Amino acid sequence: MDLFIQLTLTGLTNGAILALAALGFVLIYKSSDVLNFAQGEFLLVGAYVTFAMLAQFGLHWTLGMALTILIAIGLGVLVERLVLRPMIGEPIISVIMVTIGLSSLLKAIVSTIWGNLPKAFPPFIPSQPVQILGATVGADRLWAIVIAMLLLGIFTFFFRRSKEGIAMRAVADDQQAALSMGISVKKIFAWAWSIAAATAAIGGVLVANIVGVSGELANFGVRVFPVVILGGLDSIPGAIIGGVIIGLLESYTGGYIGQGLNQVLPFVVLIIILMIRPYGLFGQEIIERV
Amino acid sequence: MTGADSRPPLTEGIMLTLNNIEVIYNDVILVLKGMSIQVPEGKIVGLLGSNGAGKSTTLKAISGLLKPEDGEVTDGSIEFLGETIHHKDAADIVSRGIFQVMEGRRVFEHLTAEENLIAGGYTRRDSNAHHDIEMVYHYFPRLKERRHQTAGYLSGGEQQMLAIGRALMARPKLMMLDEPSLGLAPLLVMEIFDIVKRINKEHGTTILIVEQNANLTLGVADYAYIMENGRIVLEGYPADLRENADVREFYLGLTEVGQRKSYRDVKHYKRRKRWLS
Ligand SMILES: Nc1ncnc2c1ncn2[C@@H]1O[C@H](COP(=O)(O)OP(=O)(O)OP(=O)(O)O)[C@@H](O)[C@H]1O
Ligand SMILES: [Mg+2]
Repeated sequence: MDLFIQLTLTGLTNGAILALAALGFVLIYKSSDVLNFAQGEFLLVGAYVTFAMLAQFGLHWTLGMALTILIAIGLGVLVERLVLRPMIGEPIISVIMVTIGLSSLLKAIVSTIWGNLPKAFPPFIPSQPVQILGATVGADRLWAIVIAMLLLGIFTFFFRRSKEGIAMRAVADDQQAALSMGISVKKIFAWAWSIAAATAAIGGVLVANIVGVSGELANFGVRVFPVVILGGLDSIPGAIIGGVIIGLLESYTGGYIGQGLNQVLPFVVLIIILMIRPYGLFGQEIIERV
Repeated sequence: MTGADSRPPLTEGIMLTLNNIEVIYNDVILVLKGMSIQVPEGKIVGLLGSNGAGKSTTLKAISGLLKPEDGEVTDGSIEFLGETIHHKDAADIVSRGIFQVMEGRRVFEHLTAEENLIAGGYTRRDSNAHHDIEMVYHYFPRLKERRHQTAGYLSGGEQQMLAIGRALMARPKLMMLDEPSLGLAPLLVMEIFDIVKRINKEHGTTILIVEQNANLTLGVADYAYIMENGRIVLEGYPADLRENADVREFYLGLTEVGQRKSYRDVKHYKRRKRWLS
């Protein structure tokens, strides 16, 4: 029972952070049809920038985080402007290649600045062990769950209720019609990339806080693929639920069946889902009516 | 270009003027070839023409929607309330008060009916949007019943209502409707035209309506233009146009003895050279 709770909490932590990273991926895909293969590197950049702000410049964590988020938003807008806008109308495969190129570039920049050795992350999130229902977990994991869930809740509300959120979904549905009501498609793309970069950066900080800062963080990002395939490439709730399911599955497999297998499992799920339900659990089916 | 009869064309209080505009798609396809119309404030103006005449292109030129289709106004000018607008972008034009209800309804399929309306009011900066949603439901009670339904699953008629409701949300000065009757049952078309007429009366919204359904359009319009092949070939008051032999034959499907021809016969006349002097 203790083990179960232990594994559940671990799974939820990973799942919530995965969901945060997947949210950005889905947003970009939904609004602009771009599969962003650099999403994992956004986590990496977020973690290293925060590391620099806190450990190298010695800023207070509030200021450091605020600056990280601003930098992430800037990065998102920049990538959209300089890298993707010129690609509008190009074949989908070219756009994918460009985001893969971007991911290598970001990785290279990070390792040039900070080197390849893993570093300890400045511990600004409390991490003392906490007893819950007989299991012992680090407080940082609980914080990660709370922060990720809170952000996911805020964004869900944003997409359902706010005018800008609804406009983003409108652009995802029909760009020209959205344009005809005065919604600036360019502005919406910029929003999508900023939100994606900012949420990924926060996700990166949450992971780094638990496992330390290293190039490995980008690999955490690779796991957004099984998550979004499971949840549906264009579904925001799908990203959240997909993240939690993959997080839990990994954790249970690792705990009950064996380490190692849990690394493979998400991709097994990915293949199964692609075979039986290619648009994911919550992905939009094409509405066809005459 | 001549009026259908001796009455002077409607020229007082002009809100929108298209002055000899030329539109080219993909740098080579010339679609509008010196198109000129005037839309007076507070009136309903009809723009009739057969498939491919360039009606939708005309509306997109006005609303700034040509760019995503690689189209461009290459000559002439478009003036709205005294300002030249043909180089402005779509968002700017919407905020000046022009709203196009696109052909084929184009509702946001995965949004609910109400979310579609909220999207329609996107450019509004005041806080009366909620009040206006009720105003839309007042015109289209059926939308109120379906407010939380996914728009993609609404019927064609409900989607057309939603498309018009979305436009109402922006409180435009000029509402342009592109073939609102497309694919709808006759009774529903009448209902929608009635509501358009009410919107015009009750809000004073100027309306430019593009249609192939000449009979209905001439029924609601204060003035109408007929276009062929990228330019206007005839204009006039509806009563006068109804008397015009060519209009009767090609658009209203009436022969000189007043009998209704079958649609098949009407469609047979592909070229209407008589108008192209
Ligand atoms: N994006 C485009 N690129 C190239 N040509 C186009 C484009 N859109 C329209 N055209 C051409 O311009 C001409 C006029 O098209 P338009 O859609 O304006 O006609 P319409 O009068 O609205 O016709 P319909 O009644 O069928 O809607 C057609 O010959 C069409 O093929
Ligand atoms: Mg058309």
